[in-house]
Amino acid sequence: MVRLAAQGAGELPGYIPLIPFFPMAGALLLLLFRRSIGRWAGIIASSVIGSSFVLSLMAVGDLMTMTGAPEARLLAGPAYEWIAAGGLNVAMTFKVDALTAVMLLIVTGVGTLIHVYSIGYMEHDERKATYFGYLNLFAGSMLLLVLANNFLVLYVGWELVGLCSYLLISFWYFKPEAAAAGKKAFLVNRIGDVGFLIGILLIYSHFGTLDFDEVFARATELQGAIVTAIPLLLFVGAVGKSAQIPLHVWLPDAMEGPTPVSALIHAATMVTAGVYMVARAHVFFEASHAAALTVATIGAATALFAATVACFQDDIKRVLAYSTISQLGFMFLAVGVGALSHSPVAYAAAIFHLVTHAFFKALLFLGAGSVMHAMEGETNMKKMGGLIKILPRTGWTFIVGWLAILGIPPLSGFFSKDAILVSTYEEGWFLLWLIASAAALLTAFYMSRQVFLVFFGKSRSSEDVHPHESPSIMTGPLVVLAGLAAISGMWLGLTHGGPIFRLLEPLFGAHEGAGAEAFLGIPEAGLILIAVALSIVGVFSAWRLYLARGGEERRATLQKRWSGLASFVRSGYRLDALYGALFVWPGKTIANVAAYAFDVRVIDGAVNGLAIFVGRSAEGVRRVQSGLVRRYVMAMLTGVVVLLALFIARAN
Amino acid sequence: MIDASVFLLAAALALGSGVAMVLVRNAVHAALFLVASQLALAVLFLIQGAFFIAALQIIVYAGAIMVLFVFVVMLLGVDKRESLTEPLRFQREIGVGLGVLLIVAALYLGVGTSFAVANLPDSAGPRSGEGNVEAVARELFTHWALPFEITSVLLIVAVVGTMVLAKRRLRS
Amino acid sequence: MSVPAEWYLLVSALLFITGTIGVLIRRNVIVMFMCIELMLNAVNLTFVTLDRMMGGLAGQIAVFFVLVVAAAEVVVGLAIIVSIFRRRASTDADQVSLLKW
Repeated sequence: MVRLAAQGAGELPGYIPLIPFFPMAGALLLLLFRRSIGRWAGIIASSVIGSSFVLSLMAVGDLMTMTGAPEARLLAGPAYEWIAAGGLNVAMTFKVDALTAVMLLIVTGVGTLIHVYSIGYMEHDERKATYFGYLNLFAGSMLLLVLANNFLVLYVGWELVGLCSYLLISFWYFKPEAAAAGKKAFLVNRIGDVGFLIGILLIYSHFGTLDFDEVFARATELQGAIVTAIPLLLFVGAVGKSAQIPLHVWLPDAMEGPTPVSALIHAATMVTAGVYMVARAHVFFEASHAAALTVATIGAATALFAATVACFQDDIKRVLAYSTISQLGFMFLAVGVGALSHSPVAYAAAIFHLVTHAFFKALLFLGAGSVMHAMEGETNMKKMGGLIKILPRTGWTFIVGWLAILGIPPLSGFFSKDAILVSTYEEGWFLLWLIASAAALLTAFYMSRQVFLVFFGKSRSSEDVHPHESPSIMTGPLVVLAGLAAISGMWLGLTHGGPIFRLLEPLFGAHEGAGAEAFLGIPEAGLILIAVALSIVGVFSAWRLYLARGGEERRATLQKRWSGLASFVRSGYRLDALYGALFVWPGKTIANVAAYAFDVRVIDGAVNGLAIFVGRSAEGVRRVQSGLVRRYVMAMLTGVVVLLALFIARAN
Repeated sequence: MIDASVFLLAAALALGSGVAMVLVRNAVHAALFLVASQLALAVLFLIQGAFFIAALQIIVYAGAIMVLFVFVVMLLGVDKRESLTEPLRFQREIGVGLGVLLIVAALYLGVGTSFAVANLPDSAGPRSGEGNVEAVARELFTHWALPFEITSVLLIVAVVGTMVLAKRRLRS
Repeated sequence: MSVPAEWYLLVSALLFITGTIGVLIRRNVIVMFMCIELMLNAVNLTFVTLDRMMGGLAGQIAVFFVLVVAAAEVVVGLAIIVSIFRRRASTDADQVSLLKW
C-alpha cells in the first residue's frame, strides 16, 4: 500500500476503497456460508471491521501529514466508473476530508467494539452468521455513505443502511412485533427518502451534476424558491433517517431488534447520517434562512418532545431510544444554528456531540443489553433494582455513561452539549436555547430515574431470576467505551481552539471573533453554570422520587393527579394512533379495494371477458365451415362478382 | 349472310342446350344436352377457322368425355330424378341473382365496346401456304414440346390414379 | 360482312355464366361436374376467338391443352365420385359434408 507523503489536495490512495469493501466482502462471505461458518462468524466479522478501522486510522494519518492550505487537506478521487449514460456521468468517487475522517473513525471504531460485544451477546443464537453478515453489510453501507463524494453514492449508502436497519430490526422475524417494527422503520424511512430523492433530482436538474465539490461550489447560483426547496427536501430525508419529528415513530419500535443493533445503528451511526448529510450540504442551508430555521426549530422541538416522553417509559431500551431522538435533536439544533448564523463553532459542536453521543449512547445501550442478558431478557425497569452489587462492571460503566449524558464535567458530554447550548445562546437564539435547556433538564431527570431504578434501591426482580455479570467479551467493550466517554471531551474540545474545532475548520470556516477565547469567559461561564445546575436539579428530582425514602408516597401522589396526562405522554402523545388513522387505515382500505374489488372484478373480468369473447365469436364464425361444397362455390362466386364490379368501376 | 346465320344458329343451339342442361332433372338428359352444346361449339370453332380444334372438340369432348359421363350416370342410378326442393336456404335465389348480375355485366362489357387487340408477332402465326393443322402441329411440336410431353405424363398419372381410386376392396 | 368477334365473346360469356349458375343450383354431383365442363367449353371458345383476333396460334394450342387436361380431370373426378357413391349410395352433394366443423 502506498503511503502518500506530504502533498496537496491528494489523489485517492488505493486502500481507501478497501474501507467499505472489506465489510461488504465480509458480509457476502458470512451470508453465503452462513450454515457452515458457525462459531467463526463473530470473529470473522469483527476482524473485518477491525481492519477497516486500521485503514481509517491510516487515512486520518495521511490526512494529517498533508501539507498545504487546510482547505486542500483532502483525498478525493474516483474508485471506478459507474454510470456513463448520455448526459449523466456518475463515478463512484470517494472523498476523505476532516468530516469524513471523523465519521470513519466512529463507524469503524465503535463498530468494532460492538461487533466484539455481539460475539458474547449472540452466542446462543442459531442465526449468528446471518446476524454478523447483516452487521457487516451495514458497516460497509455506512462507510460508503460517509465516503461518498457525490449525491448518488451517498443515496446508495443511505438506502442500504435503511435496508440493513430493516433486516436487523426484524432479525427475530418470527416475533410479530419485530417484523412489524422492521416494516414500520423501513416505511417511515422511505417517506423521508422520497423527499431526499426529490431534492437530489432538483440538484441534478439545476446543476447538471451530482458531484459534491461542483455542486457546493456553485450553490450560490440558485435563485428563487428552489433556494429553500432543495435544503428542505434534503432535510426531509434527514428527518426520516435521524428520527426527528414527525418521522420519529419508528425508532422506539426498533428496539425489538438485538441490543447491539440498537447501539450501533440506532444510536451511534445510522441515525447520525442525517446530521452528517446536513453538515456536508451546509452550503445549501446557509443560503436559505427559512430552511436553516426549520432545521434548528425541529431539532430543538424534537429534543424537548422526546425528553418528555422518555420520562414515562418503563422499558429500559425505550428510554434510551427516546433519549437518542432527543440528543439527535440537539445535534440538528446545532447544525441549524450553524447555518443560520454562519457559525463554525456551532457546526463543530454538532459533530462534536455526534462523536461523544456515539460513545456514551453506545455504552448505555450495550450496558442495557448486558443487564437484559443478566436478567434473562427482562426489559421492564420496574422489575429490576439494586443490580450494582451483582453487576459491578456493567453498573459502573453505565454510570460513566450516565454522567456523560448529564453533562457533568469533566466527562465528554459536558463539553459537547454545552458547546451546543452556548453557541445557541451566543448567536442570539434565545427561545431555542430555552427549549434545549429544558430538554437538558429532562434528560438529567429521566436518565437518573433509569439509573436509580435499575442499579440502586431494593431488588424488585422476581424470585426465579438469578442475575449474573456478563462475560468479559461483553464487558470489555463497555470499559473501552466508558473510557472514551470519559476523556474524549477533554481530549477533543477543551476550548474553542480544541482539536475538533480546528479539524473541521476547512469545512466550516475558521472561528472568528472570540478566537482562542477561553471557555471561561463571561457570559459563557454563566451559561455553563446554568447548564450544570439544571442537570443537578434533574438528578435531585429523580433521587427524591425514586431513591430517597418516601419516594413511593411522592410518586403515588403525583400519579393520582396526573395519571391521565402521564399515559398520554407515555404513548408518545398517541402519535402512532394518529398516524394509524390518518395514513395506515386509508392505505389498507385502498389496498383492499384495489386488490379485491378492482383487480378481481375489473381487470380479471376484462381479461376473462376477452377470452370468452374470442371463444364465442369463434363459435359463431366456425359455422362458415359447413362442409357443403355448394356453399363454398357460392361464396367464391360472390367474391368474383364483387371483384368484377370493382374492376368495371375502376375502368370507368 | 351465310356466316351470320350459321353463327346465330350455332350460338342459339349452344346456349339453349346449355340452359336446358342446367334445368333438366334427369341426369342422362343433361348429358345429352351437353353433347348438343358441344357440337354447336365445334361449329363455332369451324367458322372461326380453327379446324383442328373443332375436330378435337368432337372427337375428344363429345366423343370420349361425354361417353364417360354417361357411363358413370348409368352406373350410379340412371333413373333417379333430382328432387325439386332445395335444402339450402337462399341458395337458388342467390345463385340466380349472381347469375343475373353477371349477365348484366357481360352485356354491358360486350355490347357496344370494341376491342383493340395487340397483334402477336408473325412467327406465332400460320406461315403462308400452311393449313391450320400443319400450323398447329408445327407450333405444338417445336415451341410447346415440353408441355406436350408433360401432358402425356399427366394422362398416365390420371389413368393410374383412377384405377387405384375405383378399385374395389378385396374381401378376404 | 362477318360476325364481329365481340359477339363470340358474348356467347362464350353467357355460356360460362350458365354453367356457373348450374353449379350453384344443381344438387346431383354428376350434373354439377357437367356444368363445370360447360364452363370449360365456354373458355375454349373465348380462347379461339381471341386467337383469331390477335392473329397468332397460341390460343389454339391452349385449347388443345385444356382439352387434354379436362379429359384427365374428368376421369379422376368421376372415379372419386364413384368411390364416394360406394360408401354412401347417394349422389347428393349435400351429403358429403365431412369437412364441416
